[in-house]
Amino acid sequence: MAQIIGQAIELLGILVVFTQVRSLGGFSSTEVVLMYGLAATAFGLAILCVEQIEKLPEYVRTGQFDVMLLRPLSTLAQLLTADLALKRLGRVGTGLAVLGWSLTTLQLDWTPVRALVAATAPLVGAVILAALFVAANAVSFWLIDGQEAANSVTYGSNFATSYPITVYGPWLRRLMCFVLPGAFVAYFPALALLGRPDPLGLPDALRYSPPLVAALTVALTTLIWRAGVRHYQGTGS
Amino acid sequence: MTIIHTDRLHREFTVGTRLRRRRVTAVADVTLTVEPGDAVGFLGPNGAGKSTTIKMLTGVLVPTSGWARVCGLDPVRQRRELARRIGVVFGQRSQLWWDLPLVESFDLHGAIHRVPSARFRERLDECVQLLDMAPFLATPVRQLSLGQRMRGEVTAALLHSPRLLVLDEPTIGLDLASKERLRGFLSTVNARGDVTLLLTTHDLPDVERLCRRVIVIDRGRVLVDDELSTLRARFAGNRALVVELTEPIPPLLGLPGVVDVSVQAQGLRQRLEFTQAVNAAELIAAVAARAPLRDVAIAEPSIEDLVRALYATEDSPAR
Repeated sequence: MAQIIGQAIELLGILVVFTQVRSLGGFSSTEVVLMYGLAATAFGLAILCVEQIEKLPEYVRTGQFDVMLLRPLSTLAQLLTADLALKRLGRVGTGLAVLGWSLTTLQLDWTPVRALVAATAPLVGAVILAALFVAANAVSFWLIDGQEAANSVTYGSNFATSYPITVYGPWLRRLMCFVLPGAFVAYFPALALLGRPDPLGLPDALRYSPPLVAALTVALTTLIWRAGVRHYQGTGS
Repeated sequence: MTIIHTDRLHREFTVGTRLRRRRVTAVADVTLTVEPGDAVGFLGPNGAGKSTTIKMLTGVLVPTSGWARVCGLDPVRQRRELARRIGVVFGQRSQLWWDLPLVESFDLHGAIHRVPSARFRERLDECVQLLDMAPFLATPVRQLSLGQRMRGEVTAALLHSPRLLVLDEPTIGLDLASKERLRGFLSTVNARGDVTLLLTTHDLPDVERLCRRVIVIDRGRVLVDDELSTLRARFAGNRALVVELTEPIPPLLGLPGVVDVSVQAQGLRQRLEFTQAVNAAELIAAVAARAPLRDVAIAEPSIEDLVRALYATEDSPAR
């Protein structure tokens, strides 16, 4: 319930902005709500799957991670499955509702490709965000008090991906396109759905690239995780 | 096949703050072999390098240099493979699921290690019976007493029929009855010959009850690696009889085999140190004949005493 209220307030925030301006970064209110819906659903799914990663700093600090190394299973899989909080489904639910509302209101010109994008974008976005959260939390293999930084990536991403990247300055835009791939969660899929040219003039191919970006992010995260475990084995307690 | 084989296993740590870092050697060139079915006690004072060695043998830590094979596998590169063949109990770390009933932790362990269900049943029933766990199988792990939890930990470590069972201070913090039950169980398991035991402890009775062979390590170096019987004969420390008296009396001097007497509490408590050759019961009888006894206790030589005795005789040229 608290989550639903929290999300309602976030959404209200977007709508309040639109009482003052006609467009935000070149997008109408419904279009921004579409991005919000995509981002919220992806974030909800990602958090549902990898929320347990937040326990990593504690496992590392207390040495409880040792026990995971003593089981014949992948350490990451053990960590992520340590608990499943189904209450997080609420976030996915509201995200989907907002997404559904904006998709019907926008009266899009549906093509098979767009239908495919609409169906897969939240999942692909969730994979990107989940990998990002894991990579951010893996910092605690090197830094005992790295949790603050990791949390700011996790929860900052929720906020940052909800808006068109056109509202950000050039450096932040580049960061979200090429370093922390937040733009691929909602912005580019939304462009594909809306069938509009990118106000920034970025190539059209980018809007269909999120699955590739997701694969790259997962691969990179796997490498970071392995290096982290290796560093842990090198530090010990 | 040799169960544990290490060659100049070495481990250093960086300690200190960012400004003042220094390297400390936790384990220095440890070379040892353990054959199947053996029962090895790994002794040494706190910080001697016992746990570090064990962590290197189980794949939790990477050696700085040197080489180790456990069950024929490289502990770090083949960690998951090795985990299927060994059981590990860290006295101060739980491998059970805190919020689950004990029996469900066992079920999970069986599933993780893919133990065939018939074998799992057989193994579990045996442990439950030998360790008397039936009354608390349905209790969540967090509500178990330490003694009950340790019985659970050892069972979990054995469910997948490991060839090597590594125990890091398994009896730490347990009461006497719990210690004795655990020792009896481990000795039964080891006596069957299919499980090799490697345990660290500060408790000499653990070693006496369980180990045929003793490795003493201090400051990362192996001081002694020998049969327990040989070691006892060479380094047996003195035992001490502590008597509480109903009234203060002068020091109890002149008893046979007593090498030192110290008086505490104005003569109400006296500590008589005696050699291994003396029968404790006869000594108590001799004291009782001379003084009004309220209570008696016998202090066994500690591991620290043993290590000290080793220091006095063994030269460690590298230091």
